[in-house]
Amino acid sequence: MKFSLVSFVSGLLFGFGLMISGLANPDKVLGFLDLAGLWDPSLALVMAGAIGVGLFGFMVAKKRTVTVFGGPLRLPTATQIDKRLVLGSLAFGVGWGLAGFCPGPALVGLGAGEIKALVFTASMVAGMAIFELFERGWFAPGKAAS
Amino acid sequence: MIEIDWNSFTPGTALAGGLMIGVAATLLLLANGRIAGISGILGTLLRPTRGDIGWRVAFLAGLIGAPSLWLLAGDLPPIQIDASYPMLIVAGLIVGVGTRYGSGCTSGHGVCGISRLSPRSLVATLTFMAAGFATVYLIRHIIGA
Repeated sequence: MKFSLVSFVSGLLFGFGLMISGLANPDKVLGFLDLAGLWDPSLALVMAGAIGVGLFGFMVAKKRTVTVFGGPLRLPTATQIDKRLVLGSLAFGVGWGLAGFCPGPALVGLGAGEIKALVFTASMVAGMAIFELFERGWFAPGKAAS
Repeated sequence: MIEIDWNSFTPGTALAGGLMIGVAATLLLLANGRIAGISGILGTLLRPTRGDIGWRVAFLAGLIGAPSLWLLAGDLPPIQIDASYPMLIVAGLIVGVGTRYGSGCTSGHGVCGISRLSPRSLVATLTFMAAGFATVYLIRHIIGA
């Protein structure tokens, strides 16, 4: 219950941050990604601000083994730079450039009642589901679904 | 040469919003022990594990509920979506598969991973940024030119 409340507040703050920064607006995101046009560097400052605070947060987290509530502190353990990481990120970048939406802003847009954000989000969740089916071997030839 | 769009550039709100995103990620990390990576928080719900659902749903509810709460205080900031419906569907599918295959998006790799000084996340972030720049260049200046 405690964790759900903290998570809710974190999601809320995250959403407000996306809205205040302009990152929730695909038009502004594309203005940042369009280096050859008139370039809007705002997004670089969003990242700088978020990482500035994040650096501090992770510095504290790395010195601890438990959260402030004594729960497990789960830091990612993967370190390999492999085909999955690069190909997946390449694909994500292409999709990001096509519509100006990444996952967070899409969900905020959905919450704002934007039909186009709903369509993007539904399609994104479908893409995530397709990934899950791939991972479970549904598309592997001659392999039974597990 | 890069020409800056001074009329669209909003350094103050960009930095303020970014700081807030950083606070949100730090809160989730230090109080709940979790990484604020939106694609992971959402995508992992598709293979639900007992005891690992509630906080995810709560985080997403906060994110989706943010505009409604905002409305209590004032008008929503502009959200302009120019992409066509077919384009949104294609982009959504690619973002869904790509973020899961690459284990993260702008938040998980871009904000949290770089804050964690993870070389893996730095590579991911540089890769999706480069792909985003290239895609917009192709659409706006090659195909759309």
